[in-house]
Amino acid sequence: MHELSIALSIIEGVSEEVQRLGGVQVTSVHLKLGSLSGVVKDSLLFSYQLACEGTPLEGSELVVEETPAIVHCPLCDADQVLTTVQHFRCPQCGAPTPEVLSGREVEVVAMEMIS
Amino acid sequence: MNPQPRLVALRHNVFKKNDLLARGLRSRFQQAGVHVISLVSSPGSGKTAFLEKMLTTMRPQFRVAALVGDLATENDAARLARSQAPVRQIITGTVCHLEAEMVQHALEGWDLRDLDFLFIENVGNLVCPASYDLGEELRIVLLSVTEGEDKPLKYPTIFNSADVAVITKSDLAVATEFDWAAAESNIQSVRPGIQTFRLSAKTGDGMAAFIAFVQSRRSAAIASA
Repeated sequence: MHELSIALSIIEGVSEEVQRLGGVQVTSVHLKLGSLSGVVKDSLLFSYQLACEGTPLEGSELVVEETPAIVHCPLCDADQVLTTVQHFRCPQCGAPTPEVLSGREVEVVAMEMIS
Repeated sequence: MNPQPRLVALRHNVFKKNDLLARGLRSRFQQAGVHVISLVSSPGSGKTAFLEKMLTTMRPQFRVAALVGDLATENDAARLARSQAPVRQIITGTVCHLEAEMVQHALEGWDLRDLDFLFIENVGNLVCPASYDLGEELRIVLLSVTEGEDKPLKYPTIFNSADVAVITKSDLAVATEFDWAAAESNIQSVRPGIQTFRLSAKTGDGMAAFIAFVQSRRSAAIASA
């Protein structure tokens, strides 16, 4: 399980921002989590609560938006959303889709705060 | 009146620190002319036996070395040292994967220009290592015939992150009634177009073809540098 170290990295990044703004209270942190990131959402939520204790983010909520993998279909010449990561095939025509455009991201995209 | 929370847009890639370090390592490796190959698999799939065979077979012809990651013990490094190649153990403690920083630290004091190939054996784990770039040129995922044909479907992320797949312990395939076609089809399902090798570190079967493959990858990398 590497979700704890990922939670710590999220907290570190957001805490720097909080320090920069000064005297704000964060109520939530918004994260995009790709389906190919290798990170398990529930483990991450659990780890986040633990890791927040004693930091400026204590009491904040982690809001995770799971994002699907986007692949490029060489036959349709179009970007397609993968419905499952067990089968890298175009959902329209069934062609294999080796080219992955996105889906590996673990990215903090926003925070809600009270100043 | 209670102040209303306001939303502030941020853009923070959680893997940024690791990705930057890995990028730095990759350019160091390229400048030094060392071809870096990492190995990922579940525990017990034969990474260490495979690597020992690779090091022993390649050593007369190439300057090879290895870093080996484990949660605890230096047993693997001791085993690999039998090949006479330089080997360093990375003990990760509670961490279930290698990170670029650990690789960077383990390389301190080594002159990379003295090496043709450097192998990095990751911690046995089919989940966490997928997320961490180590600066390697080639990532090998290993699957042993004793694990079952559906492993790629259970762990698609790590198979998708690999550049080449190796099916190990081929000498046990008959005993385990291993279905080669199903396994290879599952690998292709999660990583279309990936090159797959079948071999046995114990009998040596298939090792020559794989060694020829990594040599050709290194030559191609040097030619394009």
